[in-house]
Amino acid sequence: MKQPKYPREEYFGPGHRGCSGCGAAMVARMVLKVAGKDSIVVTPTGCLEVFSTPYPETAWRVPWIHVAFENAGAVASGIEAAIKALRRKRGMYKDRKINVIVIAGDGGTADIGFQSLSGAMERGHNILYIMYDNEAYMNTGVQRSSSTPLFASATTSPPGKYSKGEDRPKKDMPFIMAAHGIPYVATACISYPTDFMKKVKKALSIEGPKFIHVLQPCTVGWGFPANETIEIGRLAVETGVFPLFEIENGKLKITYKPPKRKPLKEYIKRQKRFRHLTDEDIEILQKYVDERCKMLGLD
Amino acid sequence: MKTIITRGTYAAAEAVRLADVDVVAAYPITPQTECVEKIAEFIANGELNAEYIKAESEHSAISAIIGSSATGARSFTATSSQGLALMHEILYIASGLRLPIVLVNVNRALSAPINIWCDHQDSISERDTGFIQLYVEDNQEILDTIIQAFKIAEDKDVLLPVMVNLDGFILSHTYEPVVLPDEEDVKEYLGVYEPPHYSLNPDKPVTVGPVGVPKYYMEIRKQLNDAINNSVKIIKKVNKEYKKLFGREYGDGLIECYNLDNADTVLVAMGSVCGTVKHVINNLKKEGKDVGLVKVRCYRPFPKKEIKKALKDAENIAVLDKNVCFGFDMGSLGLDINATIKDKKICNYIVGLGGRDIKIEHIKEIINHVEKSKENTTKWIGLNKY
Amino acid sequence: MIEIRFHGRGGQGVVTAAQLLAEAAFFDGYYCQAFPFFGVERRGAPVMAFTRLDKEKILLRSQIYEPDYVVIIDASLLNTVNVLEGLKEDGAVIINTVKSKEELNLDCKNIYCIDATDIALKTLGVPIENTAMVGAFAGATKLVSLESVKKAILHRFPGKLGEKNVKAAELAYKTISGEE
Repeated sequence: MKQPKYPREEYFGPGHRGCSGCGAAMVARMVLKVAGKDSIVVTPTGCLEVFSTPYPETAWRVPWIHVAFENAGAVASGIEAAIKALRRKRGMYKDRKINVIVIAGDGGTADIGFQSLSGAMERGHNILYIMYDNEAYMNTGVQRSSSTPLFASATTSPPGKYSKGEDRPKKDMPFIMAAHGIPYVATACISYPTDFMKKVKKALSIEGPKFIHVLQPCTVGWGFPANETIEIGRLAVETGVFPLFEIENGKLKITYKPPKRKPLKEYIKRQKRFRHLTDEDIEILQKYVDERCKMLGLD
Repeated sequence: MKTIITRGTYAAAEAVRLADVDVVAAYPITPQTECVEKIAEFIANGELNAEYIKAESEHSAISAIIGSSATGARSFTATSSQGLALMHEILYIASGLRLPIVLVNVNRALSAPINIWCDHQDSISERDTGFIQLYVEDNQEILDTIIQAFKIAEDKDVLLPVMVNLDGFILSHTYEPVVLPDEEDVKEYLGVYEPPHYSLNPDKPVTVGPVGVPKYYMEIRKQLNDAINNSVKIIKKVNKEYKKLFGREYGDGLIECYNLDNADTVLVAMGSVCGTVKHVINNLKKEGKDVGLVKVRCYRPFPKKEIKKALKDAENIAVLDKNVCFGFDMGSLGLDINATIKDKKICNYIVGLGGRDIKIEHIKEIINHVEKSKENTTKWIGLNKY
Repeated sequence: MIEIRFHGRGGQGVVTAAQLLAEAAFFDGYYCQAFPFFGVERRGAPVMAFTRLDKEKILLRSQIYEPDYVVIIDASLLNTVNVLEGLKEDGAVIINTVKSKEELNLDCKNIYCIDATDIALKTLGVPIENTAMVGAFAGATKLVSLESVKKAILHRFPGKLGEKNVKAAELAYKTISGEE
């Protein structure tokens, strides 16, 4: 794959308080490299918000706002409406596109922020909503979210005598968003930065609501060494746990097909959150992944 | 300038149109709904150039308005009761981010039991959110106060959200004459909106709503407290300027004193009931009896100094509350007056909850009771036997 | 201060009648106030609306308990609602009925009967009697002028619909006052 040129400018600055190996910081950095200066970012409560803005410091070199946990979709709606009104009434931002981008965690998106997100998508606001998915409430110490995968251990779904960890499969956000009839939905993973940034760029070129679900392995919550974030993400894609695709105007397209899908075990065995699983448990999960890959047309 | 006969919700909508608001976000709820319906109609007809966000809840409505206000647009929302309660968490953020939002609350009781009629429990429950809270008496005051609210909120010495409270049904659904100022005059009065320096603008990037670590949090809260205290003089100034330009004023902007000279007995109240109290006062005056009224127009910031002065000669103080502080057996205004005035007889009257009509006899009963009362008490007025 | 209570059923334009009367009075130099009974009634249920008129600014915000006038748009309510409740001793009733006041046998000295349904059918083609009843009120009480009633109706219903309603009010006014 030819490496496209991305701007050298950084709009998500260094020096923030993210953990070493933090994937959320990589998400913010990659998004802003593509989106550039003319962007306004909304981040609901979560790791990214907390580690990037301990007053009086900030990592954000574009205008940025945090309001609460559950309302990023609504806040972005208001920003987009304001830009429209200011453009029309006061001649601001004439002949200039301003990107309104939400960068929100899985809890703030799939759980508590779900209604607000659904409202914003349904109303057709011209915004890009990026869900950085680390598959649990990492900011408060690894509680399960609706995005936590089946059998993963989290502090509120611990394995035990009567439990195998999380007892529900992961909520299917991209398809739920696609059901809103929005023009662009995509999945991405920080381990494939070119693919991710290409999708951000494409999304920003489309008028209307866009949603990108980006997988972002979390060294603390998933339990792997800080230097393995990218590798774990790559395994998620190559095993088919997290397929990369686009749904453009309702049409599904796989954007990366692993030449030969790796066994799930290679992904599972690298993370402490799955260490309680037996070979039979992993077999159940493997079946689950196989079915989904078949459904998506990955195999 | 022309006079129209209109209902309270429409008077509010007219004020929003005259204020040339940029963004409106709202969710329908009785008895507020007609206000935003009218605004939607203005926008649909091209009478107001604004974006209207049909939010999927009040929580999202206030959140969207925070987004638009933070981006530098003059922003408005309206709600009632449960809707205001649903906004609760975000109201603190509107004031904490120092956004000059105007919110109209059409006062309605809170559930349970579910009740769509008027009392003040909804807005009183948001007393400490850092919003400036104004209460109005009639439909003219609705229109004037909303226009003033933008002037107050956007003042560089204030920069706080303002909640204008009007009584559900009693005002919202009542037709009466309202003088509409000319659009050009209001435009000139409010000026082209200049957003605060901390607005979201890619040419001057700022971080809005960062984490306030313990080292800074308290100072930021103190600044908010200072700002709402300082707004007292701006509210007064705005009231005076408004009188000069539009010919109407509401007391000193904070409180209105009615027939206080020679009155030993003084009622203290907020909202539309002040009209009924004035009506009774006028009739009693014809019979040779002087009773006074202190109408509290600005409830937050609480005008302690002005109220103290207004009540200095009163012997019997009767405070009317359309809300209850459960577990304290008083209403909120009653508590505040008790905290402000020492060594005077102050009786508190719980009236008009959930739309219970406040009749002339009720006001007379309150006057009789407070005059005969030997000590500070709380009494519920207009209760049926149960 | 003059207080008027309107009785009718949901869907008959009872609240509109109270508002039209208030607006007409305003054109005649009164302060005015009009409001519905704040209920949860739906179409067909008995409803009330109120109008206050005064030469001075109206401050009172309570409902009306001792009206000077009662306007009854739907006579079938006589069997279900105490429409005369609180009516002042020298007060008056204006009622839409085919009966005479003797046949009605109401406990009230001043009764004005008008077949507003007939007028509405003749002028509007539908049995919506609210504008005719406002015209009848003006004709019976002379508190507001016919001109102002017409102006209020046209303001509320511009165009053809307004003109038809003006005819209804006019006919009712003339019928009840005997003026030509």
